[in-house]
This record gives sequence, structure tokens and C-alpha cells, in this order.
Amino acid sequence: MGAGHAHRLYRHGHSPVHALPPHTKLAAVFCFVVVVVSTPREAMWAFALYAVLLGVVAYVARVPAAFLLKRLLIEVPFVAFAVLMPFVAEGERVEVLGMSLSVSGLWGAWNVLAKGTLGVAASVLLASTTELRELLLGLQRLKLPPLLVQIASFMIRYGDVITDEMRRMRIARESRGFEARGVKHWGVLAKSAGALFIRSYERGERVHLAMVSRGYAGSMPVIDEVTASRAQWTYAFALPGAALLVCLLGWTL
Amino acid sequence: MHVPDGFIDAPVSAATGVVAATAVAVSLRGARRELDERTAPLAGLVAAFIFAVQMLNFPVAAGTSGHLLGGALAAILVGPYTGVLCVSVVLLMQGILFADGGLTALGVNITDMAVVTTVVAYAVFRLLVKVLPRGRRSITVASFAAALLSVPAAAVAFTLIYWVGGTTDVSIGKVTTAMVGVHVLIGIGEATITALTVGAVVAVRPDLVYGARDLRQRLKLRVNGELVDAPDPVAVPVAARSQRKVWLAGLVTSLVLAGGVSFYASASPDGLEKVAADQGIDKKTEKHANADSPLADYGVKDVDDARLSGGLAGVIGVGVTVVAGSAVFWAVRRRRTADDVSPVSAGV
Repeated sequence: MGAGHAHRLYRHGHSPVHALPPHTKLAAVFCFVVVVVSTPREAMWAFALYAVLLGVVAYVARVPAAFLLKRLLIEVPFVAFAVLMPFVAEGERVEVLGMSLSVSGLWGAWNVLAKGTLGVAASVLLASTTELRELLLGLQRLKLPPLLVQIASFMIRYGDVITDEMRRMRIARESRGFEARGVKHWGVLAKSAGALFIRSYERGERVHLAMVSRGYAGSMPVIDEVTASRAQWTYAFALPGAALLVCLLGWTL
Repeated sequence: MHVPDGFIDAPVSAATGVVAATAVAVSLRGARRELDERTAPLAGLVAAFIFAVQMLNFPVAAGTSGHLLGGALAAILVGPYTGVLCVSVVLLMQGILFADGGLTALGVNITDMAVVTTVVAYAVFRLLVKVLPRGRRSITVASFAAALLSVPAAAVAFTLIYWVGGTTDVSIGKVTTAMVGVHVLIGIGEATITALTVGAVVAVRPDLVYGARDLRQRLKLRVNGELVDAPDPVAVPVAARSQRKVWLAGLVTSLVLAGGVSFYASASPDGLEKVAADQGIDKKTEKHANADSPLADYGVKDVDDARLSGGLAGVIGVGVTVVAGSAVFWAVRRRRTADDVSPVSAGV
């Protein structure tokens, strides 16, 4: 909590992308991903162009390539799944390096890999250029139910607290010589989880009381209403706009 | 199990998005009834708990370990509405902040992992608690069964979504076998951990376990040497608004989107096919975008037009989901109203 409410993905900076209002960025990323997903998978060059577009955004936002690539590792489990596809899919087969692979499986794998990677890259760019609080404000601005935004903000604010509590419990276990090695130690871990739940819930009750004593009556006051000028919207939508052009080209060519 | 972008095609993603949004909207109302104005901090903290507990590793054997998914646990500990809400918020934040799960696949992820697991788990749990004798052990047994079934149920739900809107034609049998097979194993782990965790909470603070509310002892007062039940604290009447309108609107929207959008989307996969369809010369074309969909093959066999059957497949999928979901919500709500009219003694 002491870490200035910045999440692990955020990179502090003063680039034009950082300066954009959060809701324009959220909307732009969402539109971009929708456009990418609706591109025909046969238009391989379109995906290369999308990657170039994201590269330009990363350059403008001064997000180093190494940082971006490292965050892309999150999709590794699905890469494994995609690699399996050509082996199990139906349809006509081709011989590649002595292995019989399904053509449609290869297309499917390509489809998931290309679109998934672009989606993850876009989300990573959004998260690395937008502060947590801003993101929540942006969500609220995009007319997400206020209660949902409040829940999300409490989750984010107290996520580190609860995780720290869990870490302290682990240290307490380990300092008493406990080491979880197998199924027979699940009981102890589950008791920890139970204790963690009770502590979280009770903390929630205390937080609520603290809020009530400060005049909370069901809704949070909006202190800083974020607004976006037409120019900022245009700037943010340069990305999905360009992507839409590529997508339309992909459909017609 | 976080589905990335591009795994499920656009129309089905949109349809599941509507299902997820409806479920979240219903849960928001429900959670407010479960927790009144404490909803935001409590649900937020429980979401943080789910988020944290997903990071708690349970070693299985030599190097491998698993972790909790948390849907069943949330449903049993804080109730189905709050449970759906908490897991959805966790998924939303994972999608936006950690790029875990695609943004367009958010609907699929929430429907699959938040709604299906939680609802199935709570339905099974409620049923077993009713059938089994009252007591702590029944709670543990019921949580075990609930979590055990909830994980394969999510896998089946995913398979269904994949069947209707998957972008690769892996045979549905293979997907089902792989998904359900793996998830039965995961389910056993999930069930053990959930049951142990619920047991641990029930042992210390049974009043916090939503699913064990019936176990609560009533407060007794000694009046003139006799033990009498203490009067219930006067419940603040919550404005009872009919959910039927929301319900119908949600249902109609999902159906229109699932049927209409997928019809529209697959109606023009490319310009050539659209022309072919317009000219009525596509009767002979062998490979249509939707010809791969099994629902196009035997789900709606009598419909020759692949586009129409694609739309029907969407409608059927959404219909089944909504009907199953509403049945459970209805049952839960009826119970709740039955609880509410329990006698409140007049004199204090």
C-alpha cells in the first residue's frame, strides 16, 4: 500500500500517451482489440501492420521493447495450447518436417497466437501507461456501474494488504518449521486460507465503519471528473482508426 | 483457463459479453440485498481475498502444485451474488491490469469462470445442505461436492462456447475429453481445498459463512424463568422491485445478439460469399464459415442454411445458459423471500 498505489505493470513517464485521459485510452484499446479479432486470419500482412502500429504506440509512450516482451510471457500457457492445435485438429493435412499437421489447425493456431499476442500487447501498453486510480476513474467515466467500480477499487487498494497478510502468514508458518511438500499438508494451508478470509472480511467491516464515520452513504464523492477534449479523443483513436483501415483492407483484398 | 483474444469468434464473444453483463447486473442488485450498503468495502475485500488466495500454492507432488480458482469458495462463503461479483471483478482487473485473458474474451471468461462455477457450486451446495442432516460436517461435505462439480461444469461451459464460436475445428469430442478430463482432476484438488477452507472458517466464525446461516443459533432470552426466542432485529425493508423487466430485457437482448449478430457476422464472411448468397448460388459451395460448427451439422439439422443455423446455435446456447441461470436465481430468491417472512414478534 505504501508503494504509491502504483501497480507492477505501470511505468511512470511523461509521454503523450501517459497524458491522455484514461477513458479515451480504455475505449481505444478495446476498439483496437475488437478490430484485431474481427480481421480475417488469412490476411497475415494485416497482423504485421497491427504489430507495427503497436510498436509506434510503444515508441511514442517510451515503453522499452524488453519490458513489453517480458510482459507478453503471460500468454505462454495458451501458446502451448496453440502449438497442440495443428496436431489434433481435423481436416486435410500437410507434411511439415516429417510431421502430419492439420491445415485448419495451423490456421487456428496462427489465429489464436496472432490475435492473442496483439491483444495482450495492447493491454500491456494500456496498463503500463495508465495509473491505477486513473484506470478506475476511466472505467467510471465509461459508465461502468459505480458500485462495480467501487468494488474494483477496494480490491485494488487492499489487494496488496491482503497479499502481504498472506505473506506474513507464510513466514510465520515457515519460521515454525513448516514446509508444504504434498497433499497431506493441505489442511494447514487451507486453515491459512480460512484465516485469511476471516481477516479480509473483518477488515472489510472495519473499513466500512471507518467510511460510515466519515459520512459514506452508499456512493463515493467524485472529486476529479476527468474530461477529454475532442483533440484528445482524436489522438487516442488514431490507433483503432488506423487498425480499422487495415482491417477493411484485409476484408477487401 | 483465461481465454485470450481471438480464441472465440466475435459474435459469440459479444453474446457471452451480454450474458456476463446481465449476470453482473443481477448480481449487483442481489449483492446489495445480501450486504446492503456494506457491499462496496466487503465485496471489494472479498475480491482481494480471492485474488490473493489464487496465489496460494498447494503442492501436489514432486514439484507440481495447484491453486484455488475460488468460484465455489466465494459462493459458499459470501453468497452467490456477491460471489459472482467478486470473481468477475477479479477477472476484469486481471484482464485490464495484468493482460491475463483478452479484453474481447472478457465475456467468455466471466460467463465461464465467474457465473457458471459460482452458480453451479451454490446450487449443488444448497441442494446438499437441504438433503443432508444439519451440522458442520454436512457443510464440509456439501462444499466438497459443490467445488468438485463446479470446475468440470466450467469446463463443459467452455466447451459449449467453443463449440458454437471456436475458431478452430478441433473435433468437439476431443475438446470435451481433454477439457473435462483435466478439469475433473483439477476439480478434485479444488474440492479438497475448498472443503478444508470452509471447514476452517466454519470452525472459527460460522456466522461469516453465508452457506451455513441455517446453523446459526438463535439468541434466547430468559423471560420470567423461561427461555424464549429473542426477537429478530427489525430488518430495514428493502424496496422490492420486480426483476422481471430486467430479466426479460436481458434475455431478449442476449437472444437478439446471439442470433442476430452471429447471423449477420457469418452472413458476410467475405464479399464473394455475400454475392453468392445474394444470387442464391451458394447452395453448392462446400465450405461455409459455419459448416464446421457441429450445431450446423446436427444441432439444427433441418435448417439447410448454414448462416441461419449459426444464428440458431447462438440462440440455443444463450437460451440454455439463461434458462439454467434464471432457474437457479429464481430458486435462490424464492428461498430468500421465504426466509424474510419468518415470524417477527411484535412486542420488544
